Amino acid sequence: MMDPCKSARKTLNSFVQMLPILIGVLLLLSLMNAAIPVVYYTGLFTGNTLIDPILGAAFGSIASGNPITSYIIGGELVAVHISITAITAFILAWVTVGLISLPMEMDILGRRFAVTRNLLSFVFSIIIALLVEFTLLSMGVVI
Amino acid sequence: MKKQKKSSKLNYYFFIAVVILYIVTALISPEVAGSALRIFFNIFIQIAPILVIVFFLLFLTDLIIKPEKVMKYLGKDSGIIGWPVAILGGIISSGPIFVWFPFLADLRKKGMRTALASTFLYNRAVKVPLLPLMIFYFGIAFTAVLTVYMIVFSIVIGILTELIVGPDEE
Repeated sequence: MMDPCKSARKTLNSFVQMLPILIGVLLLLSLMNAAIPVVYYTGLFTGNTLIDPILGAAFGSIASGNPITSYIIGGELVAVHISITAITAFILAWVTVGLISLPMEMDILGRRFAVTRNLLSFVFSIIIALLVEFTLLSMGVVI
Repeated sequence: MKKQKKSSKLNYYFFIAVVILYIVTALISPEVAGSALRIFFNIFIQIAPILVIVFFLLFLTDLIIKPEKVMKYLGKDSGIIGWPVAILGGIISSGPIFVWFPFLADLRKKGMRTALASTFLYNRAVKVPLLPLMIFYFGIAFTAVLTVYMIVFSIVIGILTELIVGPDEE
C-alpha cells in the first residue's frame, strides 16, 4: 500500500488542476441553459422520422446536464406532440454526449478517445431512438 | 510533466474565457447573466457531494488499487468479467459525466481497457434511482425497452471505440 499522505497530496493536486475547467464547463452550461431555454427549440421539429431524432440528439448534445432535467423536458416535449424518436435521442444525447465538456474530456481522457466516444454516442442515440420506436410500435405501445 | 503544465495552463485560459463571456453577457443582458449564475450555483450545490465521493474514490484507488487488480478485472485480459464490471460501475456512478473523467483516467493509467472505459461512460445514461421518474413521464414499456437497448449498445459502443482509438491512447 502507498503512503496515505502522499496519495492524498497527489489526489488533491489532480483535483485542483481539474477545478478551473470543471467550473468553466458548469458556468458555460448554465449560461447556455439561461440564454436558450430548450422549449424554444420545439418549433424546429417537423415530424420527420429521421430529421427529428437528429435534431433531438443535437440539442441533447449541446444542452447536457442532470438526467432528471432531460426527463422533465422530454415530458414537456411529449405534451406538445414531439415524436418519441426525437425525445429518446434527446434524452440519450443529454447524458452521453457532452459538447461543452468535450475540451475537458479530451484533456483528461485523450483527444481521440473523447472525440470517438462522443461521435459514436451521438450516432447511437439516433439509432437507439429509432429502434425504441420500432420496438414499441411492434409491441403495440403508443406514447 | 511539460504536457501536464501546458494542459493546466489551458484549463486556466478556458476558465478566463468563460468569465469574460459572463462579463460580456452581463453588460448586454444582466438578467441572463444573473439567471445563469443562479443555475450554476444550483448545479454546483447538487454535484458538490458527488465531487467529494469522486475525490475519495481517486484517493482510495491511488492508495489501494494496484495496476495488477485493474488489469485483472478491467484490463486487456479481463475477458467477459470486464463487461459487467464496467456496466455496473457506469450504472451506479452518479452526477454529471465529467466528474468521472479523472477517475477513469486514473484507471486507464493502471491498465483499464479503452472499450471498458467507453462502456462505463455510456452506462451513465442508465440511472436506477431515476427509473421511477422515467416511468412516470414515459411509461414502463418505454423505460424497459430503452434501458435494455442502452445496456446492450454500451457494449457495441465500447468495442467500436476501442477499434477506432486502439487499446492505448497517444
